[in-house]
Amino acid sequence: MDNMTIIAVASIVIAGITISLGSIGPALAEGRAVATALTSLAQQPDASATITRTLFVGLAMIESIAIYCFVVSMILIFANPFWNHVIAQTAGK
Amino acid sequence: MHLSPDQIVFWHYGFLKLNATIVFTWGLMLMMAGGSKLITRNLSIGIQRSRWQNLLEIVVTGIEKQIAEVGLSRPEKYLGFLGTLFLFVAAAAVCTVIPGYEPPTASLSTTAALALCVFVAVPFFGVEEQGVRNYLKSYAKPTIIMLPFNIISELSRTLALAVRLFGNMMSGAMIIGILLTITPFIFPIIMTVLGLLTGMVQAYIFSILATVYIAAATRDRKPKPEPVQAIPA
Repeated sequence: MDNMTIIAVASIVIAGITISLGSIGPALAEGRAVATALTSLAQQPDASATITRTLFVGLAMIESIAIYCFVVSMILIFANPFWNHVIAQTAGK
Repeated sequence: MHLSPDQIVFWHYGFLKLNATIVFTWGLMLMMAGGSKLITRNLSIGIQRSRWQNLLEIVVTGIEKQIAEVGLSRPEKYLGFLGTLFLFVAAAAVCTVIPGYEPPTASLSTTAALALCVFVAVPFFGVEEQGVRNYLKSYAKPTIIMLPFNIISELSRTLALAVRLFGNMMSGAMIIGILLTITPFIFPIIMTVLGLLTGMVQAYIFSILATVYIAAATRDRKPKPEPVQAIPA
């Protein structure tokens, strides 16, 4: 296998693995966060504004981990510097 | 299919490029500034007021209440900066309903610029509130060993702000683009609605996180002196 094939295969496989493995952790964590928030809302409904706001801030922080994985896989597919380099090489030849 | 509106270039001359991000950013700025100017031309103090003035008052008092709830003692000092952050990101997300529009926050340049504004604003407000020495001393709390970690956390949360907003807006635009090539009729509309929801949530998150960082930097750490008790005779 020459360089182009290796780079293409590695990028595609790793992009898929990145986003699939990277979504597991944040999904589980968000589920736990929402469950705990619902429990505390049921116990103290008059603090619902604070709980809801803190819940949303916490969900955004957890979500950003999944977003990092998504950005990495997008870069591998659409803005891959190694791929651009070998394409430029073969175009120049 | 492009990764961000940076890649749609309308005009270039040398290294100066007029791309879609700049055009849409300036369009949003003109719309928000021009609209507010038109609404606040004849402000009325009494009960009778135009509905647009009412709308602006609701928005401004709502943001002020949120800032006070997070813990900043005088919200009107920070209302300009934090309110603008929220309104710009929210307007950039909501205008997705206009056909042919791409949110400028879907480009890493815009979100990095906004995150850098927050990065500069936090020490600025901290120094303004506490003085230079006290603010710099707060980096060494609770012990001097935490100094590099505090500095690293400042840098990393700026980066996290930029990438979080960029990732959310770019993924929304890209999902709609991909789905349009697969199932053109109903599903892209549902994803557009989801994109609107996440856009508003991300606008709220961005401004609340900026508020929390500024509140952490301006928190008065000196213990307040005990009020003098009258000695019973």
